[in-house]
Amino acid sequence: MSTATITADAGHGHAHGAGGVTHVEHQPHHTSLGLDNRKIAIWAFIGSECMLFISLISTYLIYKGKSVVGPYPHEKWTDPNSGETFNAILNIPVTSASTFVLLMSSLAMVLAHSAVVNRHAPKTTTLEKIFGSSKLWLLVTILFGVTFLGFQAYEFTSFVHEGLTIKTNLFGSSFFTLTGFHGAHVTVGVLWLCTLLAMDMKRGLQPEDALIVDLSALYWHFVDVVWIAIFTLIYLIP
Amino acid sequence: MATIAMPGRVEAGATAGPQVRPAEPTGIWSWISTVDHKRIGTLYLFTALFFFIVGGTEALVIRWQLAKPNMGLVSADMYNQLFTMHGTTMVFLVIMPLSAAFFNYLIPLQIGARDVAFPRLNAFSYWVYALGGVFITAPIFLSLAPNGGWFGYAPLTTNAYSPTLNIDFWVIGLQILGVSSLAAAFNFITTIINMRAPGMHLMRMPIFTWMSFVVQFLVILAFPVITVALVFLLFDRFFGTNFYTIAAGADPLLWQHLFWIFGHPEVYILILPAFGLVSEVLPTYSRKPLFGYPVMVYSGILIGFLGFGVWAHHMFSVGMGPIADSIFSLTTMLIAIPTGVKILNWVSTMWGGQIRFTTSMLFGIGLVALFTMGGISGIMHSSAAADLQQTDSYFVVAHFHYVLFGGAVFGIFAGVYHYFPKMTGRFLSETLGKWHFWVFFIAMNLTFFPMHFSGLLGMPRRIYTYDAGQGWEIFNLMSSAGAALQAVGMLIFFYNMWKSYRQPMTAGHNPWGAPTLEWSIPSPPPDYNFARLPQVTSRYPMWDEKGRDAMVQTQDGERIPTSQELGIPMPLSTAKPFFVALFMCLMLSSLIFLHIEGMAMVGILATIGFAGAMVATLYNWLLTPLE
Repeated sequence: MSTATITADAGHGHAHGAGGVTHVEHQPHHTSLGLDNRKIAIWAFIGSECMLFISLISTYLIYKGKSVVGPYPHEKWTDPNSGETFNAILNIPVTSASTFVLLMSSLAMVLAHSAVVNRHAPKTTTLEKIFGSSKLWLLVTILFGVTFLGFQAYEFTSFVHEGLTIKTNLFGSSFFTLTGFHGAHVTVGVLWLCTLLAMDMKRGLQPEDALIVDLSALYWHFVDVVWIAIFTLIYLIP
Repeated sequence: MATIAMPGRVEAGATAGPQVRPAEPTGIWSWISTVDHKRIGTLYLFTALFFFIVGGTEALVIRWQLAKPNMGLVSADMYNQLFTMHGTTMVFLVIMPLSAAFFNYLIPLQIGARDVAFPRLNAFSYWVYALGGVFITAPIFLSLAPNGGWFGYAPLTTNAYSPTLNIDFWVIGLQILGVSSLAAAFNFITTIINMRAPGMHLMRMPIFTWMSFVVQFLVILAFPVITVALVFLLFDRFFGTNFYTIAAGADPLLWQHLFWIFGHPEVYILILPAFGLVSEVLPTYSRKPLFGYPVMVYSGILIGFLGFGVWAHHMFSVGMGPIADSIFSLTTMLIAIPTGVKILNWVSTMWGGQIRFTTSMLFGIGLVALFTMGGISGIMHSSAAADLQQTDSYFVVAHFHYVLFGGAVFGIFAGVYHYFPKMTGRFLSETLGKWHFWVFFIAMNLTFFPMHFSGLLGMPRRIYTYDAGQGWEIFNLMSSAGAALQAVGMLIFFYNMWKSYRQPMTAGHNPWGAPTLEWSIPSPPPDYNFARLPQVTSRYPMWDEKGRDAMVQTQDGERIPTSQELGIPMPLSTAKPFFVALFMCLMLSSLIFLHIEGMAMVGILATIGFAGAMVATLYNWLLTPLE
């Protein structure tokens, strides 16, 4: 516990020796592919997550245009009973900004990973020092992630003020569920990155730790790619 | 395979005497904190057998109620709960976990590994399954058990039509069980890809491991879909969303599509492990290599692949239109080809072999015969026109019990009799085993064959009683008698296990003369499995004339060294996975309060509290080294 090393259950070592006790070779990470087990597991996990988001996005698309009452995502709607008019809900300029922030967070994530890998490379210039700071880039990734979540919170509250809740119509139900699931994934990613940052502050992430940064990076990029799909299919295509 | 030397005649019970073994940890705590894949496999086995009794009892009540016209043993509502829980229990709490018992026990042994890739995650999967099973089963004592069918069709299961808590237990229970299956699948995929012994190429892997490999991919791709469908239903029920509200414009078929995109691969998740087990059993007792090994591998992969393209054949009667009906008819007929290939290869494996009719072999042959019958009625259903006559009748009930009982359960029993000596070092009695098989075989056909007729005579599924004079009486009585006889078969099996446990460990490392790696190590295997990692040179290393004897790690009767003596680092026992599983199940269970008038605040606080406890325990787990 005190030495904060994330040691997810990697395959344990293999001892070689005929019959009884001969020489023992401790190779904690000997694997068939030479890859760490966790690397394979995270890819399997991402494959599974693809099906989760495909199901959510498909439902949104199937229900597109099927809501019997407004408000609607891309066009104005006048309530025939009250005569009240509701604006188109989606605010593309604001979401474009939040999308940009999330994309930039992936860049920061790449820099954080690279800084951990090259921790011991000599750094002389200020620029090298900036790019070599894993703490800085982890922090930037976290801040961009939190900014994205802030945009989402703003978006959700403003939609509710404009008259769209999760109960209003099919658009509200499928939109809030889909983007809410994505937001929950970003939140988990932020917590994960905070854990890495805490470890980095406490003991400094070493090149041997590149793998655990890589795992979180794969997850983070995946969540980012999902958002690109959501932004394109839900926001940009009317 | 250049030379295959068949081992000499090996008789059950005629091998080595008791062996000096390292002391095994005992006591309940040792089971709660175990991370050994073999002990976890044993836990899966016994928990699933317990739920087999539960699901079987539910079936017996159903059959009692239907034995004669207008019986009044249970109410219509209780009957709904019984058939829902019978299906849910048998699918999620019996057949999948029985397969998981074999995944756990066998995959590392078959590929020459010391454990699975993530031993603690493995313990977590088991505990989530056990706790989720209790959560979904217990409400039946309060008449609150799920009552919407194992398929839970929405909008029938929405608040408007099912306002009580019954469906909530089902929705949350399935979510919990899904977590268990997914976690296990990530673990086994990684194990099979990355933990193989030197020389264990993919095309040398035993077929059971191959079929398990395919199944894990089906799990990771199919379970997220039902997760989403269940989330929609939960939101509809708890938060008033409109996913299944037809008045709000919702598509009445959304649930059916999402459910069956999961549900049909699920069918192959249930049957492929049994296919794998039988592919180990038939060659062993025929003393012939499996006929057409590569084709068996490819047909398994093809079944898994096509399994995602046939879901709408469960929906021929909902009016999808002729084009969709035709396409799904064709894909369904197509999937019969790789399945038929497997049947022919099993028959060809036995052809000309020196067959030993052990209990395990009988169950294996039973699968080949009974699954073929279920497969043939399946091909009948693949024609949309024919299916319209048969759907929702007892004909369908007959069909899927032939494939899932005659197929999956018979295959699993073939595996149980085959691997029991490996798991315990003791033999099951062959005499009692043969009684078990023949009683089961006769009872199975007596129960389900008449259902073809009651179905064709128009008896609908899921009715809690019926009037006399429709020609259904005799067939129902036969089915009910068969069900009682099945219970007798199970009692023989449990007596056999109990009796075996009082015998000494006489099995030796390879009592059946079987060909694969798991038979090169002592029975039961020591905690580290392989004293030295095997170097695999063929598909059937224990049948290789040259390398066979060198493969044997510890001779029968020799003292089995401990892991400390061998210097093999073992994962530390820890109960942390158990506590994470416990808090996660409590967290999800607490959601149920959201649907009880005036208890919403309790539900929110309990959910948040348990979520906090889960995250804290999870961090504690991840920050503790494995070894």
